[in-house]
Amino acid sequence: MDRALPQPTPETQHFWDGCKVGELRLQKCTACRESYFPPRPFCPACGSRSVEIYKASGKAILYSYVINHRPRPDMGTAPHSIAVVQLEEGPRMMTNIVGCPQTPEALQLDMPVEVTFETFGAIALPFFKPAGA
Amino acid sequence: MKPGSIAVIGAAETTRLGKIPDMSVIGLHADAALNALADCGLTAKDIDGVATAGESPVAIAHYLGITPTWADGTAVGGCSFMLHVRHAAAAINEGLCKTVLITHGESGRSRVGSGGFGRAPSSLMGQFEMPYGVTSPPTMFTIPVMRYLKTRGYTEADLAMVAVIQREWAAKNPRASFRDPITVDDVLNSPMIAWPFRMLMCCLVTDGGGALILTSAERAKDFPQKPVYILGTGESVETPMVSQMEDFNSSKAFRVSGKKAFEEAGITQADVDHLMIYDAFAHLPLYGLEDLGFCKPGEAAGFIRDRHTAPGGKLPLNTNGGGLSYMHSGMYGMYALQESVRQMRGIAPAQVPGAKIAVSHGVGGMFAASGTVIFGNET
Ligand SMILES: [Zn+2]
Repeated sequence: MDRALPQPTPETQHFWDGCKVGELRLQKCTACRESYFPPRPFCPACGSRSVEIYKASGKAILYSYVINHRPRPDMGTAPHSIAVVQLEEGPRMMTNIVGCPQTPEALQLDMPVEVTFETFGAIALPFFKPAGA
Repeated sequence: MKPGSIAVIGAAETTRLGKIPDMSVIGLHADAALNALADCGLTAKDIDGVATAGESPVAIAHYLGITPTWADGTAVGGCSFMLHVRHAAAAINEGLCKTVLITHGESGRSRVGSGGFGRAPSSLMGQFEMPYGVTSPPTMFTIPVMRYLKTRGYTEADLAMVAVIQREWAAKNPRASFRDPITVDDVLNSPMIAWPFRMLMCCLVTDGGGALILTSAERAKDFPQKPVYILGTGESVETPMVSQMEDFNSSKAFRVSGKKAFEEAGITQADVDHLMIYDAFAHLPLYGLEDLGFCKPGEAAGFIRDRHTAPGGKLPLNTNGGGLSYMHSGMYGMYALQESVRQMRGIAPAQVPGAKIAVSHGVGGMFAASGTVIFGNET
């Protein structure tokens, strides 16, 4: 079964284009300098439409997660993490933690993680792995 | 709203709860509606306001033969019915209608005549959450909890204790789905669903429905049942994506909704005799006790462990057994409201002696929305 994939919209296309070239792209308000996620063409903090797209560091910490023991059919059969990471730039995003055992012991809150991309046809998804792994 | 200006005059659940494979979703709405109409001695012709979620108010009005002058289809998940009560109270006070019917029905278990679970892949959830394997509430509502446990110093056993004590309440309720006592070890040894959540920390999936009928307090005295007055209400919404909630340790929608309801009612937490906190999962009563101001952050788990919310405790909580043990069709808020009304009428299976003020607090989506209704049996 094919993995459920995002369908980009005009407001999010830059994010998914970035993933395809190995860049995690965030947006920042040019008025109040707030970084935010998910993408939208205005600043959620102050409402300004003057925003810019930039390449994030890809560094984050593991903020919270579950280990799903009843995976969706398109996700395989092994238990896997569904996580939220807090990016160095501030925003949080959902992801999967890859490159380590999918166990509570290996998935410690606040551990440093970094972005890595995996391609599924026309889409590349941003995952995170333990930093330096 | 003016506290006590509106009352519940009719309240009922579907005749059966649990597994009802011979009824569709709209059939469950109608069964509950007819029971609530019988409860107050009215017919559909006497209703001029309709509110519902899950189905459209158009479908419910037409199915029951109601010609409303007011309709509300607010659908923000399981607490929609708390919002309907609030909106209905405002509508009646404004003269938009006189007698409102609020219905719920859901074939959560048997899936007869109900839609599927899915999000458009172009929605924000479809783009930024679904690709990572979230399935249904057990993998979404639970996302903030590891962070919450760490921040508060709570443990898996604290989550388990919520389920254990609610089962004690369910044991007193003949209509509860699960009534056998359980221990913390039973919960911690039940099958893993999504770490750190075990099966007994997750709600049931059942079929059922419920309905409420509201009118002005003035008219309420002319009906057969003891009126249950609405003293205060609140509502709020935060985000459709649980990964984007502002604070993983506290629900903004809970705080805003709860504060508004208490202010409106002009009461404090100490005045509350009976409390319902929508418990789709074991962490919700902990968040609710803290965000509604009954416990300081970090004290809710101890409060439950010390049996303050258990039978005989000072703050009886989820006395029907809750979504964890009583029933959970999908949008449980209606059943929390029904139990509050029963407690205020003095007819609950696990009746809290002398209860005068009851708070019913609901959640919608995965911390997406919230609604609070404060009931009293005196004006
Ligand atoms: Zn800004």
